[in-house]
Amino acid sequence: MSLSRSMKKLAAGVVASTAIAYSGAVMAADTIKVGVLHSLSGTMAISESTLKDTVLMMIEEQNKKGGVMGKQLEPVVVDPASNWPLFAEKTRELITQEGVDVIFGCWTSVSRKSVLPVVEELNGLLFYPVQYEGEESSKNVFYTGAAPNQQAIPAVNYLLNDLGVERFVLAGTDYVYPRTTNKILEAYLKSKGVADEDIMINYTPFGHSDWQSIVSEIKAFGSQGKKTAVVSTINGDANVPFYKELGNQGVSAEDIPVVAFSVGEEELSGIDTGPLVGHLAAWNYFQSVYNDANNAFIDQWHAYTGDDKRVTNDPMEATYIGFNMWVKAVEKAKSTDTDKVADAMIGIETPNLTGGTAVMNENHHLSKPVLIGEIQDDGQFAVVWETDGLVKGDAWSDYLPGSKDLISDWTDPVNCGNYNTKTKSCGGASAE
Amino acid sequence: MGYSFSRILAAMLIALLASTSWAEESLQDMTAPPQESEQADAAGIAPPTIQTILDRLTSRSFDEKEAAIRQLAGQDSPRVIPLLNALMERELIHNRKDDTITLGSKSDGQWQLLDPVTLEPLGQVESRAARPVVINNRLRTVINNQLALFALNSERTEERARAAEQLIGNNDPEMLAALKALRETEDSPRVLEQIDTALNIAALNSDDLTHRLNAIQALSGNLHPETKNTLNQRLHATDSDTEKQALEKAIARIEARIETFQTADTLFFGLSMGSVLLLAAIGLAITFGVMGVINMAHGELIMLGAYTTFVVQQALPNSHEWSLLIAIPAAFLVSAIIGILIERFVIRFLYGRPLETLLATFGVSLILQQAVRVIFSPLNRTVVTPDWMSGALQINPVFSLTYNRLYIIFFALAVFLALLTLLKKTRLGLQVRAVSQNRTTARALGIRSERVNALTFGLGSGIAGVAGVALAQLTNVGPNLGQSYIIDSFMVVVFGGVGNLWGTLTAAFGLGIANKLLEPMAGAVLAKIIVLIFIILFIQRKPRGLFPQRGRAAEE
Repeated sequence: MSLSRSMKKLAAGVVASTAIAYSGAVMAADTIKVGVLHSLSGTMAISESTLKDTVLMMIEEQNKKGGVMGKQLEPVVVDPASNWPLFAEKTRELITQEGVDVIFGCWTSVSRKSVLPVVEELNGLLFYPVQYEGEESSKNVFYTGAAPNQQAIPAVNYLLNDLGVERFVLAGTDYVYPRTTNKILEAYLKSKGVADEDIMINYTPFGHSDWQSIVSEIKAFGSQGKKTAVVSTINGDANVPFYKELGNQGVSAEDIPVVAFSVGEEELSGIDTGPLVGHLAAWNYFQSVYNDANNAFIDQWHAYTGDDKRVTNDPMEATYIGFNMWVKAVEKAKSTDTDKVADAMIGIETPNLTGGTAVMNENHHLSKPVLIGEIQDDGQFAVVWETDGLVKGDAWSDYLPGSKDLISDWTDPVNCGNYNTKTKSCGGASAE
Repeated sequence: MGYSFSRILAAMLIALLASTSWAEESLQDMTAPPQESEQADAAGIAPPTIQTILDRLTSRSFDEKEAAIRQLAGQDSPRVIPLLNALMERELIHNRKDDTITLGSKSDGQWQLLDPVTLEPLGQVESRAARPVVINNRLRTVINNQLALFALNSERTEERARAAEQLIGNNDPEMLAALKALRETEDSPRVLEQIDTALNIAALNSDDLTHRLNAIQALSGNLHPETKNTLNQRLHATDSDTEKQALEKAIARIEARIETFQTADTLFFGLSMGSVLLLAAIGLAITFGVMGVINMAHGELIMLGAYTTFVVQQALPNSHEWSLLIAIPAAFLVSAIIGILIERFVIRFLYGRPLETLLATFGVSLILQQAVRVIFSPLNRTVVTPDWMSGALQINPVFSLTYNRLYIIFFALAVFLALLTLLKKTRLGLQVRAVSQNRTTARALGIRSERVNALTFGLGSGIAGVAGVALAQLTNVGPNLGQSYIIDSFMVVVFGGVGNLWGTLTAAFGLGIANKLLEPMAGAVLAKIIVLIFIILFIQRKPRGLFPQRGRAAEE
């Protein structure tokens, strides 16, 4: 009997809270709703929950400045729980039920691929803040992370030209981003005259933890007289045991440097970096970059999280740039309408955190600087190389036969995400 | 100082000769007799002081920094070695305010600055106002070689051996001269071996054929990776048939030895993976194997053990070396208590209903995961590896056993033996076996089966917690830790034969070794799939696993 009473109470509570939420929604009619679609549970929570906090921090900051077009921003946070199909459902919920004007979200490529048809169907707006494999350009998505030519290719060039590397191990987690990136890199390396037997490709499952044989194989591959490097697209927390094993087996950065595309400050905060000093990472941003904008951002992040040990990283900078660009674009378009904002986005410039300016190009990708950093014993990176200027993001790789002739241009007269410059047709060919 | 600077200086000069244009300048400074140096002074070129050399490190160019490091190494000052070490340790600080280089250490978010030469305190600056001088891998190699050159004259055999090893494969005449000089006076066989390898490798490039043949002879079977590389290079370069034959023979011997050690390596990897599987599965062998409870929360009990390790380390921040010893009983207790609670409040009501047990414990596992996310955040936690567990036991250049894996193999075996003794030799063990064989008869004989159930479940859970302590050293301590081991654990227990601890042991090591033998051929993903398919087929043929239980108990 007490059960039924408490059930009644619970039901009443639910009704009441829904009513409050509903009236809240009515009252808040003149706010702009911002959807936040990052996993707060499951495997990807490690990386994505940080980005959720970043968006919330940016919204808080913007609201203090008076919001956008005089309206306050209202975050709508959902948890897709590292479950790829759930990403699509949550996107639908955000756009149709919550009526958000923009979504900041996704991390893995597979989650973005799951969201893509939904934002296109409902004409939503998605800002995607993580480096990815390219071979995509949607009218409804703005890619503020690096395309392969803004991360992988410059990093390999650094290995070839500055370190004189002749043999390459391409090691990655077994899913779409590493596989596509490695396909591009393999084609690129071969075009630079690297022989077949000097490229070793290795894939491991998500969360792989027993790296003994692979590290030992890498050691054997690297002791054949030619300078060897590992190009790592190993994702997520599998990196921790990988680097631990490298350290334990005595693979030092002076002998076989590892350059990683998915290891940033956040990932390193889980390990003792003493034995890893000198291994490399390629990003468009490092926390250690010294300038006023970045120092202010770090201070703001520490204040927001109340923890001055929290690190910042590249996807956070991409979120920062994307958010600021969206604010500018809305103010320029004087509307939150997807088409108007998307048009206004192209050509928008905002300061990035490495002392330069980020530009949104007609292919919905950014122009960014590329930095290469070496891991230090405090878990930070010291920049050892950077590109002279900005590198323009290339949606379709020039090194894959299927996408060589494709470009993306969302301005008139082309207005197409996969325009074939040879056949002069839109969607004439799509890359695998 | 125990070593002669003049010798080092002489060696350094040879290096400088080979170096870039600035080298000529400093060479003048250093070789010039006093009068000339005064002339140089008069011409406005002051001899470099340590501070002026250090200030060149403010440059962004790594070439400039390398030049400065080489110049610093050539200075006749007792501060040279400490400063090179400071550069390696990131204790040489670039003060952004006045653009100078000082020594510094960080405390309370402030840099405490010291004068690099006199070591006088220079006050402190705010954390962001200064940063360590950035060096890259190339500079690290340069510094290490320079330090090795100094260390060749060290009093300690250990340091001399390491220094000589660092210089193997180096063709720099100054380094070789220093090695030759040391060879005359050295009496430790360990150091001599390294020096000989280094000198013989260098001799492979000599112009004299007999010289080269002797070196090839001496290097035959030498396992240092540099040896094989240089021999291979020589093989492509030579035009003498005798040399070619000698080279081929030497390389074949090296390769044969490497192969032997690689087999040993694979075996070790297999044993190590087996020990991890054993640790993860052994608790389950009790709860599932003996009691017949399908406990999907087993992985989360391992995770709790790992988090206990983390909490213990946080509570004892200054004793990472031995806090693991406290973590083991603590993890056992935490997981055992949670296990007993699960048994009392969930499983007790579901004995004999496997499907419901499975669902209920799966729910418990989700609750535990989310609880950890709420308490510790979804981010992974860092568990510090004590020094005695880092690094590797280097048996020779191609064969080494990593300490953490080595200890975990022994630890897994120790846990296994302890559990076996407990079940076979103690009263509780007898009762557990009695209840698991026939509950009704055991109760009729006066055994409190409820209590035994709770204790057995607690025991199995506690052991899962202990496994968590070990796994925390190998993998990420995060909310998902348990999920990655639950499948493997069930696999091992079912394959080994439910209810048989020896079966679990055999299955764990068998699967570990099989996996590692397949991995180099098939890759990590495929190796796992092959092993799984094998187990599926095996279970089809022998549903009771490797070592099925016999007797009446098994008939049910």
